[in-house]
Amino acid sequence: MSTDTSDAAAEDAPDADEGDAPTRAELAARVADLEESLAAATDDDDGKKMSIIATKGTLDMAYPPLILASTAAAFGYEVTVFHTFWGLDILHEERSKDLKLSSVGNPNMPVPNAVAAIPGMDRVTTKLMERKIDDNDTATIEELVETSLDMGVEFQACQMTIDLLDYDDEDFYDGVTTGVGAATALQDMADADIQLLV
Amino acid sequence: MSADYDIAETLDVKGESCPMPVVKTRSAVDELDADEVLEVLATDSGSMSDIDGWADGTAGVELLAQEAGGDVYRHYVRKTE
Repeated sequence: MSTDTSDAAAEDAPDADEGDAPTRAELAARVADLEESLAAATDDDDGKKMSIIATKGTLDMAYPPLILASTAAAFGYEVTVFHTFWGLDILHEERSKDLKLSSVGNPNMPVPNAVAAIPGMDRVTTKLMERKIDDNDTATIEELVETSLDMGVEFQACQMTIDLLDYDDEDFYDGVTTGVGAATALQDMADADIQLLV
Repeated sequence: MSADYDIAETLDVKGESCPMPVVKTRSAVDELDADEVLEVLATDSGSMSDIDGWADGTAGVELLAQEAGGDVYRHYVRKTE
């Protein structure tokens, strides 16, 4: 649009003798530039963004980031979940199906700490929780990961902790982004409307 | 008791709980053409508040009505664009 406008404007600029005053053509070009940058800026803000950092890998703590991520995607948010430390297990195809509940130090569990510390108790309480999840038709972690991926959620697996925990890229669900670090997460958080550490 | 809408699709999420009713509603709406109405059948009592909140915060959808009758909650969502 800018070339046509400036040619036409230059020909009939009656106030060209006004010294330093910009010509109509210059003004038209500036308006075109401003409109372009405004459009770019507005475009960028068009979609809302959410950034979650998932650091926990227990069965109970795996749910909040996945539920919020899939729900935000349903709202049309662009969602990134950066998984680090035990949060990696949520994206680990095998381990995500076998996440445990810790009964020690959790006063909401039906067993006292002294009993909870007995070897094998975590397995018992995890089984009880899994049965409840099944009875209530609550989605499993695997279902939530797959659903979120289908909805366009970007799951990122922190490269430093992949190396630290000796995991491989192939261990994760298809579609999980690897080879990312804190700077990527920070950039996403800076761009996001909602940032959460879980 | 069914509403007087020209229903294009019905989504049955009976038995499913949060976040699935909202997430699946979104996916079903994505499959509709503009102006078509989706009927959602849910048993999750939280779906009344959740689908209301979702429709309110989501561009391109309008919640026409919600009905709670018996064990099933019915939601009518129109795709606006």
